[in-house]
Amino acid sequence: MTKEELVLLHKTMLQIRHFEHEVAKAFLAGRIPGFLHSSVGQEAVAVGVCSALREDDYVVSTHRGHGHVLAKGADLKAMMAEIYGKVTGCCKGKGGSMHIADFDRGIVGANGIVGGGIPIANGVALAAKKRKNGQVVACFFGDGASNQGTFHEALNLASIWDLPVVFVAENNMYGMGTSQRRHQKVENIADRAAAYKIPGAVVDGNDVLAVREATLAACDRARRGEGPTLLECKTYRHYGHFVGDPGLYREPGELEAWMERDPLILFRRYLEKQGVPAAALDELEAQVIEEVREAVDFAHRSDEPAEETALEDVYAPTEAGRRAIW
Amino acid sequence: MMREITCREAVREALREELQRDEDVFLIGEDIGFYGGTNKVTEGLWQEFGPERIMDTPISEAAIIGAALGAAAVGMRPVAEIMFVDFIGVCMDQIANQAAKLRYMTGGKVTLPLTIRTPGGAGRSAAAQHSQSLEAWLIHTPGLLVVMPSTPYDTKGLLKAAIREDNPVVFIENKMLYNTKGPVPEGEYVIPLGKADIKREGRDVTVVATSRMVYFALEAAAQLAAEGIECEIVDPRTLVPLDKEAILESVAKTGRLVVVHEAPERGGFGAEVAAIVVNEAFDYLDAPIQRVCSKNTPMPFSPRLERFITPQVEDIIAAVRTVMG
Ligand SMILES: Cc1ncc(C[n+]2csc(CCOP(=O)(O)OP(=O)(O)O)c2C)c(N)n1
Ligand SMILES: [Mg+2]
Repeated sequence: MTKEELVLLHKTMLQIRHFEHEVAKAFLAGRIPGFLHSSVGQEAVAVGVCSALREDDYVVSTHRGHGHVLAKGADLKAMMAEIYGKVTGCCKGKGGSMHIADFDRGIVGANGIVGGGIPIANGVALAAKKRKNGQVVACFFGDGASNQGTFHEALNLASIWDLPVVFVAENNMYGMGTSQRRHQKVENIADRAAAYKIPGAVVDGNDVLAVREATLAACDRARRGEGPTLLECKTYRHYGHFVGDPGLYREPGELEAWMERDPLILFRRYLEKQGVPAAALDELEAQVIEEVREAVDFAHRSDEPAEETALEDVYAPTEAGRRAIW
Repeated sequence: MMREITCREAVREALREELQRDEDVFLIGEDIGFYGGTNKVTEGLWQEFGPERIMDTPISEAAIIGAALGAAAVGMRPVAEIMFVDFIGVCMDQIANQAAKLRYMTGGKVTLPLTIRTPGGAGRSAAAQHSQSLEAWLIHTPGLLVVMPSTPYDTKGLLKAAIREDNPVVFIENKMLYNTKGPVPEGEYVIPLGKADIKREGRDVTVVATSRMVYFALEAAAQLAAEGIECEIVDPRTLVPLDKEAILESVAKTGRLVVVHEAPERGGFGAEVAAIVVNEAFDYLDAPIQRVCSKNTPMPFSPRLERFITPQVEDIIAAVRTVMG
């Protein structure tokens, strides 16, 4: 990769980091409704995976999905406005944080149901395979989701049909307050790949280049028609399960140890070693902060949706769909 | 003065008392133990009863209901928690095709003392997959009993009855009511399933309301009383079995009926109540029945839209005025 490309990876990680911090602040100040799951600490997974995708590839995301969709190119302002519940949001204020989608950018959608997206990824991949256009689907899900039936059913189906899916198990060590140790006996989710006779690999999820390399290999395989891969990215969330969760279930010292392996710190160190001047990185960060601030301003100034809009978008406007509204 | 506790505490007390009373009772669900429950309902029980009786599970709703159902089929008395009622979508086969029908399909050979607790309802901008009221799916499934309490008193007494019941019960709490306080006696009591409670007496209009809507109906009734309109608020408390007599008796007195629920109107519990009243008390009715329900859409995220979609006190007042003519 060129230096510019490397710096771009860093920029996207910074975008996610500052985006998440800003929404968390706004949430705690009562400006954002609903609840929020922050991906701070997991940026290298989102960026490593999405940087390996083509523009016309797809992602299927989760309740902790801000990073995935930002890395896939979602518009900062439209996303922020959605999280604020505004009419200018990418889903007109109907979805919110857990339901961000942008089909024009290959973002098939976040999901409020744990494990709900995994089978959907197969369908998107099936369409790509039938159309023979070489598209790949990156399907994100958590360690907790890997215990849902949908995970097992979908991996088996993708396996027998050689579907072009990269299953990305984002193992942040917890499903809500339950540590991975308490919810499954396998140490590596990737080991489950063997049950479906597909490749499985464990990756350092805080190393953006490692994630990218592994995803590139999985995408190559998928585009060659050889089928899915299960990538497990080991990582950690810095906030609690939701913003406001004190995280009392963490082991003492655990968060601190992971903070030292903060993916942004690690990658910045790497970039500086590659000769990118610290001043340039500082300037980049200042620029990102400004962009995020503008998105917050935009969201803040935008209008709430008009009441009648609640009745729209239930059905496509077919004859039957129109008649179904009463 | 009777002490006041919240609905959350009422659930916890009922669980604690039944765990103490019957060794076959155990709890099973996601993060209900070590973490204390998403809504902190089960907080402290894991410390008190240990992990063998307060069982944390992986995120696997079908496995949770299946395990509870299987244990119930062979004589245990499990109480499963589904974190949000919306997630019954993930385990609907185990609930509707298995638990609801197992006794019937086996010619009555099996008894299923199974309770499924789960919170429903909107009000927190939790959007389309965390805000639903899905009781209609359940009451439409013969074989299930369905409870939807509103007050702490009812919550405690009905949950104890549900746990002691030998049929599968889905016990739907309301997430907006967990902090709602009300009088609950210290001593032990059980409220039998299938008995409505008149939450307010009145001569002019019968308002049948469920769960959180009971409070909205009470507020509407207070405002209407100022104009001299007296509402009688009937809280069925259990939808299956349904205390038809209480509803019919009230309608016989008032001659007018408004049904209020938070679930979408179409195919809802309100339609069932309306049909029963039309069939069995037609001659008493002085005006067409009104339903006050959510609009027939998924639940939107935006607080303004959520408020617009769901029934409000003003809507109940308007419906009462309509039936008063
Ligand atoms: C079917 C279903 N069950 C439970 C939940 C509640 N819930 C939301 S996120 C979550 C934890 C998910 O853990 P994991 O898959 O590891 O993702 P993470 O939150 O760690 O990113 C739970 C239990 C849900 N949203 N959907
Ligand atoms: Mg996790």
